[in-house]
Amino acid sequence: MSIPAELRYTQEHEWVSVEGTLASVGITEYAAQQLGDVVYVSLPSVGSAVTAGEPCGEVESVKSVSDLYSPVDGEVTEVNTELDDDPSLVNAEPYTAGWMFRVRVAQDGHGDAALPPDLLSAAEYEELTKSAG
Amino acid sequence: MPLRYGSETAEHQAVRHAAGLFDLSHMGEIRLTGPGAGAALDYALTGYLSTLRPGRARYTMICAPDGGVLDDLVVYRQGEQEFLVIANAANTAVVYGELRSRSAGYDAAVSDATADYALIAIQGPAAAGILGPLVSMDLGAMKYYTGAFGDVAGRPAWVARTGYTGEDGFEVFGQPPDAVHVWEALASAGASAGLLPAGLAARDTLRLEAGMPLYGNELGPDLTPFEAGLGRVVRFDKPGDFVGRPALAARASAGPRRELVGLTLRSRRVARHGYPVFADGIQAGTVTSGAPSPTLGQPIAMAYLTAGTGASNAVLTVGIRGETVPAQLTELPFYSRSR
Repeated sequence: MSIPAELRYTQEHEWVSVEGTLASVGITEYAAQQLGDVVYVSLPSVGSAVTAGEPCGEVESVKSVSDLYSPVDGEVTEVNTELDDDPSLVNAEPYTAGWMFRVRVAQDGHGDAALPPDLLSAAEYEELTKSAG
Repeated sequence: MPLRYGSETAEHQAVRHAAGLFDLSHMGEIRLTGPGAGAALDYALTGYLSTLRPGRARYTMICAPDGGVLDDLVVYRQGEQEFLVIANAANTAVVYGELRSRSAGYDAAVSDATADYALIAIQGPAAAGILGPLVSMDLGAMKYYTGAFGDVAGRPAWVARTGYTGEDGFEVFGQPPDAVHVWEALASAGASAGLLPAGLAARDTLRLEAGMPLYGNELGPDLTPFEAGLGRVVRFDKPGDFVGRPALAARASAGPRRELVGLTLRSRRVARHGYPVFADGIQAGTVTSGAPSPTLGQPIAMAYLTAGTGASNAVLTVGIRGETVPAQLTELPFYSRSR
């Protein structure tokens, strides 16, 4: 199972990729495998504000429905509309074509994205999935 | 049995269009033998099992004295004095206990044979073609809901043309030490035809499309077979008393308080177990099972509603986590195979 080293992760099994102050968000391969075949993804609307750790959408699979949490604070700038036609991208390519939304994150004092301190590294996230069995 | 081996949607479609292989060894098997076994089952169950001919199967139920359903069952008559009762895994202990106590006055021996069997099902339009060359019996002559003893991949088994998917298919009751050999023989024989191993998630969407009840969802101790629309399994025409007879007769004449209906949603969101159903805005019942239907491409559900709601022309909606989604009453089953 793939856990790309360059990404950051949450306890709720989202991944974040940060370029400048733009954060791209999706769910991990582990999460996609646990959910099974995804049939519908409800995403926040462009322009809406999201808060780290708060639900901002839903991922509906054949067997269950789960909240989608934002890993960061900021404003949604873009959502992956491809998922509307083909939600199975979340299972097939969770880290690339299956991305979900992008957020403009506030800057810290150095001009970098102000990220929540509790985001996990790839190694930490791998530990989490192992302890979850 | 795992939830899925790969994609549950692919497993579902394999069963609808080719074949799927299921490991159902968790199911319970209870054996009744002896000259009084048929009469004991007539008393213990709702069906008229003493009239079942050897080699035949029947869908039936076991009820509590108050008419509540303790389990739904398939009963095979394997010989003049031999019956095999198939129970849901979670109910096996209850069914076994009830069959033992209800058989006390009859010349019949009851034993829990669950550990004696590994149950492998092969289901789908390609099932007969895959299984046929591997068995000693003539599957072409085996009718739906019949079974026979024979060999499968050289190992002894009871093979029945039964299943829980809405497709043609077979269930192979073999010996546990032979299970891996039989599974691998079927998997390899079916690979070129598109057979996939299939898990519990596919089993659930297949049976839901086929309008088949699941114990714990559509059946339970607070429901009689009449609420589920399965009153036909209660055979009042059999002679003598049977457990639950007075309560079931009263329910049959009074009519059910609730009715099991099928619902189809024009929505991306799925109505799931426990969600409320409204008729003209007033709650009229609850969803018992719901899933996105791979065959229909839209969410389907079964729900218990107050009796008469279906015929009332009320506008039905389902509450899906705060949203009110229109639902269309749909005759069950949602899917039936072309024969």
